[in-house]
Amino acid sequence: MLRVENLNVYYGMIHAIKDISLEVKKGEIVSLVGANGAGKTTTLQAISGMLKPRSGSVQYLEHNLLTTPPHQIVKHGLAHVPEGRRVFAQMTVLENLEMGAYISKDKERDKKNLDRVFAHFPRLEERKKQLSGTLSGGEQQMLAIGRAMMASPDMLLLDEPSMGLSPLLVKEIFKIIQELNQDGMTILLVEQNAKKALSISDRGYVLETGKIVLSGNAAELLENDAVKKAYLGG
Amino acid sequence: MIFLSHLISGISLGSIYAIIALGYTMVYGIAKMLNFAHGDVIMVGAYICFFATMSYGWHPIMGVLLSMVVCTLLGIVIDRLAYKPLRQAPALAVLITAIGMSYFLQNSAQLLWTSSPKVFPSVIGNGSVKLFDGALAIPHVTIVTIVVCLVIMSGLVFFVNKTRVGKSMRAVSEDKSAAQLMGINVNSTISMTFAIGSALAAIAGVLLCSAYPTLTPTTGAMPGIKAFTAAVFGGIGSIPGALVGGILLGIVEIFAKAYISTQLSDAIVFAVLIVVLIVKPTGLLGKKISEKV
Repeated sequence: MLRVENLNVYYGMIHAIKDISLEVKKGEIVSLVGANGAGKTTTLQAISGMLKPRSGSVQYLEHNLLTTPPHQIVKHGLAHVPEGRRVFAQMTVLENLEMGAYISKDKERDKKNLDRVFAHFPRLEERKKQLSGTLSGGEQQMLAIGRAMMASPDMLLLDEPSMGLSPLLVKEIFKIIQELNQDGMTILLVEQNAKKALSISDRGYVLETGKIVLSGNAAELLENDAVKKAYLGG
Repeated sequence: MIFLSHLISGISLGSIYAIIALGYTMVYGIAKMLNFAHGDVIMVGAYICFFATMSYGWHPIMGVLLSMVVCTLLGIVIDRLAYKPLRQAPALAVLITAIGMSYFLQNSAQLLWTSSPKVFPSVIGNGSVKLFDGALAIPHVTIVTIVVCLVIMSGLVFFVNKTRVGKSMRAVSEDKSAAQLMGINVNSTISMTFAIGSALAAIAGVLLCSAYPTLTPTTGAMPGIKAFTAAVFGGIGSIPGALVGGILLGIVEIFAKAYISTQLSDAIVFAVLIVVLIVKPTGLLGKKISEKV
């Protein structure tokens, strides 16, 4: 569904992403794990057009994403939940969700999506009139995911959904990711919490200073000694 | 009664500042830049209306509409040619370009229309409404100016808060990359903001020259700077702030002229701005952005 080949991204002189290739098949959860600064977020940003890679290719379904204007990527069914949530703080919860459906011209589907978001995140419904800047970190994360769901995407790019959340909330968010996947959503998940991410994934890629050093079946990666030592705390 | 008359003139002048300030504040909110050429778009708007009504004998309303169309296009072209190539450039480069654009417009106007002042026709008429047995006379221009300002303000507040496009503008003003991820075309949103701001500048130009009928290529410069001050005063980026800032500035200016000194009035206006910024750096209605991590 998504195929990234020989991707290279530079920040000025710094070669941040070195020749990365990865693939996500329809219906999968694939995680991209690695330490802080390994290039996980950069990879996602290059896929969704927030950054311009220097070379390589990003193919999503039949679309070449590197030649697609960034604001049109979501129209093809690929939604990105960015790192740090990036909700519109001065807008209400409901307005944020409306922005998620900005590209949609189908009012009825919007309504259905809204119900679906509220079913997954009842807390958002209670607070729909509230400015989203006043939400807690966990609620903002829910809103960021809900906002992406409003575009009826087929695939989600999730960047560090567990960042800064309490263990209980992390559990809740991961449960929702699994539910979304069971409903047919393909997911590329970027996480520092490698153990948690791999435990819900089909496959995984391990990123280290801009390079993919390991990849494979998520269950096998969880058992891999090098991975255990580096990312899973022994 | 004199006091009341000054107060009404102040509100009227302030309404013009508020309409101009809207252009500054909206462009700042969306594109995070100060478009110092905005004041000169006002001047272009006034000239267009002047020629349409004086040279071609158009009805004033048609003249205003034509000048809105021309200014809208001008705003979009200025953004495309001068500012769009600099979207990723440092803020200082954009600022200098904007100042350059301001002089470019002034000099072009001088070349096209010469620097000899034109006497602007009263688009609104010279009558006045008399109250208290004629003790208080309010010119029609004054009333029309205040009403137009209120209509524009309420229209914009509705547009920005209730319509899909207006909401997308707020989204862009908060976070461009996140807005882009929603499928919002950031560049066309910025273009649209310039278009709206410039159309309002055309209206402000006509109102300004109807109240103060001398039109020269530098007519827009000082009101432009003052409206910018009003925008900062009210809290730059905030639409209600532009209204409050504009009207307060107009009142301060007229009172300073009436009761203190005509020569010092501008200095007093800016002194008030400095005091407000010392006490409240974000302006009267400016938002302090707090982000949760």
